[in-house]
Amino acid sequence: MTAAAASVDREAARLTDLDSAIGDADHGSNLQRGFAAVVKVLEAEPPGTPGAVLTTAGRQLISTVGGASGPLYGTLLRRTGKQLGDADRVTADELRAALRAGVDAVAQLGGSAPGDATMLDALDPAVEALATSFRAAAEAAVQGAEATVPLQARKGRASYLGERSIGHQDPGATSSALLFSALAETAGEGAAR
Amino acid sequence: MSGAETSHEGHEGHVGIVLVSHSGPVAESVARLAVGLAGGDVKAPVAAAGGTPDGGLGTSAELITEAARKVDGGAGVAVLVDLGSAVLTVKALLAEGDELPEGTRLVDAPFVEGAVAAVVTASTGADLDAVAAAAGEAYSYRKE
Repeated sequence: MTAAAASVDREAARLTDLDSAIGDADHGSNLQRGFAAVVKVLEAEPPGTPGAVLTTAGRQLISTVGGASGPLYGTLLRRTGKQLGDADRVTADELRAALRAGVDAVAQLGGSAPGDATMLDALDPAVEALATSFRAAAEAAVQGAEATVPLQARKGRASYLGERSIGHQDPGATSSALLFSALAETAGEGAAR
Repeated sequence: MSGAETSHEGHEGHVGIVLVSHSGPVAESVARLAVGLAGGDVKAPVAAAGGTPDGGLGTSAELITEAARKVDGGAGVAVLVDLGSAVLTVKALLAEGDELPEGTRLVDAPFVEGAVAAVVTASTGADLDAVAAAAGEAYSYRKE
């Protein structure tokens, strides 16, 4: 989580730039505020298990972000954390299965699917590639985010732009790639780029 | 500015209405509009939850839960929302299970028209199903 927060911090301006092209120019600052709150609450009361870390973080994102990325990322982390339960340690396979449940919950909440130019375009291939390694997942997320450039946005504020949304990388897919890079970094496998 | 504002004190037995907008002034104005158009007999408690706590544009889970608790009189709470993150935040709060009062429902309705229908219907003492149905019916009124 600390790595994710640091990464969001570093890239907040870039996320907001991407969002100013097709959205309302707050994605970077919203996530920055949300993850800062996550780090603060985790430091104040460190949860005992990986599952609890994720559910606490997700709860914090829902309450502090203020934009659609809050409930979406909040749901991703909470559902993943709940799926992990209260195990003290988690295997890569267990994490992958839990993240799958989390990503499915995001798709359900947002009513979207891969190809709509949303965060799912990064999250979905990343969870698939997690079967190989954390690094492969991070790379798949970056590629998924880049693959949103030619897509027409079908969800959120960008969808009102219709064809004019084509040619822009989706900010949500980009931040999702950052989070998977942070995960790979934390797992000691290096960031995607 | 952006704080929840109860136009009427919570009455036992009446469905509460929460209006969630990305903008504090929009939420508050729509609440006033709905209460005004409902006439002199508004018994249902109405609260606005617009914008972020610092007065910016966006959705605040904190303001939404505060507003819902304020209007909850035990008969259920109908939540009407405007766009994107307002919809997703309410859905995420409902999924949490214990964040919003029991019997809170996200109502699928146009924001302004639905608010008027919901306040009028709730003030007659109708139950949550009837309030939600009345608000949703506002979608069927076409403008051309």
